Amino acid sequence: MQAQNKSKWIQKIKSYRHQPLSAVLLLLVVVSAVITLSVLIALIAYILIKGIPNLSPELFEWNYTTENVSMMPAIINTLMITGLSLLFALPVGICSAIYLVEYAKRGNRLVSVVRVTTETLSGIPSIVYGLFGYLFFNIFLGWSYTILGGALTLAIMILPLIMRTTEEALIAVPDLYREGSFGLGAGKLRTVFRIVLPSAVPGILAGVILAVGRIVGETAALLYPAGTAAQVADGVMSSGRTLAVHMYALLNEGLYMEQAYATAVVLLVVVIGINALSGLIAKKVGVKD
Amino acid sequence: MKFVFLLTACVSILSVALICVFLFANGLPAIFEIGVADFLLGRTWKPGNDIYGIFPMIIGSIYVTAGAVIIGVPLGILCAVFMARFCPAKLYKILKPAVSLLAGIPSIVYGFFGLVVIVPIVQDLFNVGGKGIFTASILLGIMILPTVIGVSESAIRAVPNSYYEGSLALGATHERSVFFTLLPAAKQGILAGVILGVGRAIGETMAVIMVAGNQATMPENIFSGVRTLTANIVMEMGYATDLHREALLGTGVVLFVFILIINLSFSALKRRKS
Repeated sequence: MQAQNKSKWIQKIKSYRHQPLSAVLLLLVVVSAVITLSVLIALIAYILIKGIPNLSPELFEWNYTTENVSMMPAIINTLMITGLSLLFALPVGICSAIYLVEYAKRGNRLVSVVRVTTETLSGIPSIVYGLFGYLFFNIFLGWSYTILGGALTLAIMILPLIMRTTEEALIAVPDLYREGSFGLGAGKLRTVFRIVLPSAVPGILAGVILAVGRIVGETAALLYPAGTAAQVADGVMSSGRTLAVHMYALLNEGLYMEQAYATAVVLLVVVIGINALSGLIAKKVGVKD
Repeated sequence: MKFVFLLTACVSILSVALICVFLFANGLPAIFEIGVADFLLGRTWKPGNDIYGIFPMIIGSIYVTAGAVIIGVPLGILCAVFMARFCPAKLYKILKPAVSLLAGIPSIVYGFFGLVVIVPIVQDLFNVGGKGIFTASILLGIMILPTVIGVSESAIRAVPNSYYEGSLALGATHERSVFFTLLPAAKQGILAGVILGVGRAIGETMAVIMVAGNQATMPENIFSGVRTLTANIVMEMGYATDLHREALLGTGVVLFVFILIINLSFSALKRRKS
C-alpha cells in the first residue's frame, strides 16, 4: 500500500517536468501558505517563550505602583469596559437586526441606508473612533476621561459586527418556524421573541464573542475617551486603562519591557481563547443545521 | 414595538452622521485657518512655530500602505488560492482558524512583535536604523493578510465549478485552470478584498507607531523613518492645545476622507458585482 502511494507521488512529481509553469505556480501557492502559517506560529511562539518567564504573581496584585506595574487594575477595567459596551451595543444591534430581517419590507429605502452606514462604520479606523469619542464625550458633553465614554465609543465600533452576525443568524432560522408559530395563533412580536430569537442565539453568541475580542484588543479608540489612569476605575465616570492601553503605556514609557512581554502573553492567551470559543460555537451551529 | 426596532435601526445612521458632523465641524475650521494648500501640501510640521504642513504624513501613509499592499496582497491572494483549491481538508482545518486568529491579534501586540523582532532583523540585515517605511510595510503587510485572504478565498469559491472543469477538459493542468480561469473570473471580488486591505493599512495606528520611526519629515529612501497620519494624531493629541490641537483634528479629517473614498469604492465595486 505504502509503496503504491509512493510511486503515485513520484509519478505526480514527474508529470510536472513537462509543465514548468504549473510547477512554479504550485510552488508559489504552497510557499505562500507556509509563510502565512509560519508568521503566525513565530509570533505566538516568540511572545509566549519570552513572556511566560516574566509572568509573576506580583503582576496580578490589586494595586498599581511604579515599582510594581500590576496589570490587575487594567484587567478589571477591561472587564468593565467590555460589559458596558455590550450593554449598549447588544440591545441596539439585536433590535436593529430584528427590524432589518423580520419587519422591513423588500426594497425599503431605509434598509439600504442602514446597510451603507453599517458598512461605513465597519470601515472606520479605530483612531477616528477615538477622536470622535474625545470630541463628543470629553469636549461636547464636558466629561473628563471616563470609562463610560470609552465604552460608548467602543459600542458604536462593534455595532456593525453585532448587527451583521445577528442578521445572518436570524436569516438562517427556517421560515417553517415562523409559519408554525403564526399557525398556532402567536402574534408577530411573540413569534420573534419566543421562536425566532432563541433559535438564533448560538449565531448571535459567536458574534458577541468576536466583538469581545475586538474590545479587548482595542487601543487607539480608547486612548482619548477613556484616558490612561493605571488604577481600577472608581466608577463609570472615572478614567481607567484597559489591558491593551496598559501595554501601550508600558511600551511608551520604555522602562518596563519585561512587564510588557507579560501583558502581551495575557492579551494573546485571551484572544486565542476567544477565537477558539467562537469557532467552537460556530461549528456547533453548523452541526445543528 | 415595530417602532422601537425601527428606532434602533436608525442608531447606526445617527452614529455615522454624528461622527461626520463632529469631525468636520472641529477639523475643517483649522484647515481653513491654516490654508488648505499650506495644510495639505506644506512640507514642514513645527507646532512650536505654528507651522502645520501635513504633506510628509500624507506621503508617509501612502508609502507605508503601498508597501503593505506590495507585500501583503500577492502573499494573501496566493494563500487564498491554496486554501480554496489546493488545500487538503485536514490542513484546511488548521489553516482557516489560523487566518482568523491572525485577524484577531490586537494591533498593539503586532506592534510589539514588530518592535522586538522585525526592527532588529532589519537593522542587522541592512545596517540601518531599523524603524522606517520598510519595517512598517512588512508589519502592515502581515496585518492585512487575513482581510485579503478572507475576501479573495470566498471570491474564488464563488466562481462556478464549470469554469474549472471546462478548462481541465481542454487539457490544462490543475494549476493552469485555477490561475487562468478561476482567478480572472474572481478578479472583482479579489479587488474588493485588496481595497478593504488598503483601508485597514491606512487606518492602522498602534502597530505603525511602534515601527515607523515617526519623524515628521519627508522620507529619503525606503529605510527612512516616516510618520503616518494616524501616528501624528496619537502622538501629539495628548498635550496639544489651541491651533495645534485643531490641526491634529484636521489630520483626522484628511484620514477620514481617505477612508470614505476607499469605503465608497469598495461598496461601488460590490454593487457592480451583484
